[in-house]
Amino acid sequence: MKASLTLGKVSNFLGLGIFTTLKDLFTGKLEKEDFKDFLRKSIVPLASILLFIGLWHLGAKSLYNREADFKIAKALKDQGQVAADALTACIASGESSCQPNTLPSPAQVWESFQSLLRDHNIISADKAAFIEKTAALNEKRIAAGKDAIVYTGRPSFVDQIFRSLQTVFAGFLLALLIAVPLGIFIGLSPTLKSSFNWFIQIFKPVSPVVWYLLVFMIVKTILIGSTNDSSFTISFISVGLCSMWATLVNTAMGVSSVDKDYINVAKVLKLGTFQKIFKVVLPSSLPLIFTGLKITLSVAWMVLIAIELLAQSPGLGLFVWEEFQNGANDSNAKIIVAMFAIGIIGFLLDRIMLSIQNWVSFDKQDAI
Amino acid sequence: MSIITENSITKEVLKTTSFASKDVMLDLKDLKKVYPTPKGDYVVLENLNLQIKKEEFVTIIGHSGCGKTTMLSMIAGLNPISGGNISVLGKHIKGPGPDRGVIFQSPSLMPWMTSLQNVLLGVNQVFPHASKAQRNDIAKYYLQKVGLEDAFHKKASELSQGMQQRVGIARAFAIKPKVLLLDEPFGMLDSLTRGELQDILIEIWNKEKITAVMITHDVDEAIFLADRVVMMTSGPKAKIGDVLDINFQRPRTRKSVLEHDDYYAYRKHLIDFLEH
Repeated sequence: MKASLTLGKVSNFLGLGIFTTLKDLFTGKLEKEDFKDFLRKSIVPLASILLFIGLWHLGAKSLYNREADFKIAKALKDQGQVAADALTACIASGESSCQPNTLPSPAQVWESFQSLLRDHNIISADKAAFIEKTAALNEKRIAAGKDAIVYTGRPSFVDQIFRSLQTVFAGFLLALLIAVPLGIFIGLSPTLKSSFNWFIQIFKPVSPVVWYLLVFMIVKTILIGSTNDSSFTISFISVGLCSMWATLVNTAMGVSSVDKDYINVAKVLKLGTFQKIFKVVLPSSLPLIFTGLKITLSVAWMVLIAIELLAQSPGLGLFVWEEFQNGANDSNAKIIVAMFAIGIIGFLLDRIMLSIQNWVSFDKQDAI
Repeated sequence: MSIITENSITKEVLKTTSFASKDVMLDLKDLKKVYPTPKGDYVVLENLNLQIKKEEFVTIIGHSGCGKTTMLSMIAGLNPISGGNISVLGKHIKGPGPDRGVIFQSPSLMPWMTSLQNVLLGVNQVFPHASKAQRNDIAKYYLQKVGLEDAFHKKASELSQGMQQRVGIARAFAIKPKVLLLDEPFGMLDSLTRGELQDILIEIWNKEKITAVMITHDVDEAIFLADRVVMMTSGPKAKIGDVLDINFQRPRTRKSVLEHDDYYAYRKHLIDFLEH
């Protein structure tokens, strides 16, 4: 009972009501009337996922054939019948060196996903062994006042995901800390609003790439002479600056459009400025602030990939770029795995924000 | 009781236009409100004079858009005065303040607060030196008075319109204002709820006797609640058109008022004015 309650709570908190419905199906709690609802919420999405995978499989197959036919035709033209036959046999045998390079099929992507997980297990085992091996030595080094030896091996796919999450959270936090207070001030004062308006209008549409370059110029000079790797700093600041605009605009709008009735109540009661802001203005603009924060988080996650790629900061963006440059046989499949990881994590982040909003704010939002 | 004649009412108007200054709670003198428009000034109110005695309940009726709400929000200090002045106990008002409590047309509760927190918002402000327990007691007392003893900790957004307006009443009385301003507080409610809330309002008022000015569109409500009904002329340049004294005893019940001999004469007088 306790466990099922927790599952329901957790899945609802994450905005994933589908798990609760599924659990109800297995525990036999589902009424007949709920069956239609169950169909709509679980079976229909599942069917559409299967349809999607089916279409993808067919599409990938036809692209594969097109690429293979082209390769064989080219071999026939350039090198003659023998080479063409050899290539046909090679492709049919599944030999990796002669496979057509195109959109991978769902099965290949799944295979790559598993190989990435295996790779992760190997690397973490390696890392654990390394830490164990160096533990005693490190203790001595620290006692002697030297730096500890750290593991510098290649990061696994899972490590990259966590690095990306770190970057995005740092960037999101930066955006929150800049945009919410600034938005409140702008929303409260028409003077500040008109003095900041041009600034917002001009910088809002600037592309992530340009933000990255701007931050790079500044941070590079500030950290001059430092030996630390500044790529993380640069990328999280760029992510924050790119994504903060939605929160800034929404906060300012929320604060400046508080219901006149509430403001009148505050006036009649002669609430002080501090009380007026914290008891009336902020709670009333929370729904809009959260709308802004949700957009900010999703923009942050979206631009992260491009910025990591430019900054050479470890993470999913760099992973995608390296796989693309790598051009190995399963590189394309790995890129698609990264694409799904990015999409699913973005979805989860959005749901978490929605749950926080429903928890904090007075107006309840439904998941879309 | 005697049927009121046109003659006696005119006398009443003359009689009530000026009181001994020690009895006056609220005094509007030559009040004027002008809204500048691109086509020139629009005069909403002009030469509006009204005195309201201590412990008096005055209702104001008039056609929509005649400037009743403008007048009330000027008294509340939420709308700047263009000419003339408003004084409370002989002192000119400057901006809004908790000496003039307002019950707005929409309940205007903070939906993210519980009903207790909503009332406390005002109480904390007016009684900053009282202990937390005392302030809680004050807020709870008035919430009980409006029949919300079971809803202290309910969020305002979870309450019905009628319940929300009850909290509005509790909030206004709890800050113990000198003048209570009510801007059609029951206008958005269905007639059953409206009757209930009129009873609650008048019950608390009988205890507290806070000078009250209430705008209403409802002739029966105006008679039932008031010591005097003030009729405003239609705008622009609206002013006080007529004043009707309601000589029913307090405390009143709805039944006694409806069965009173003068009731229909009062009612006819008001309706004649409005249809004029």
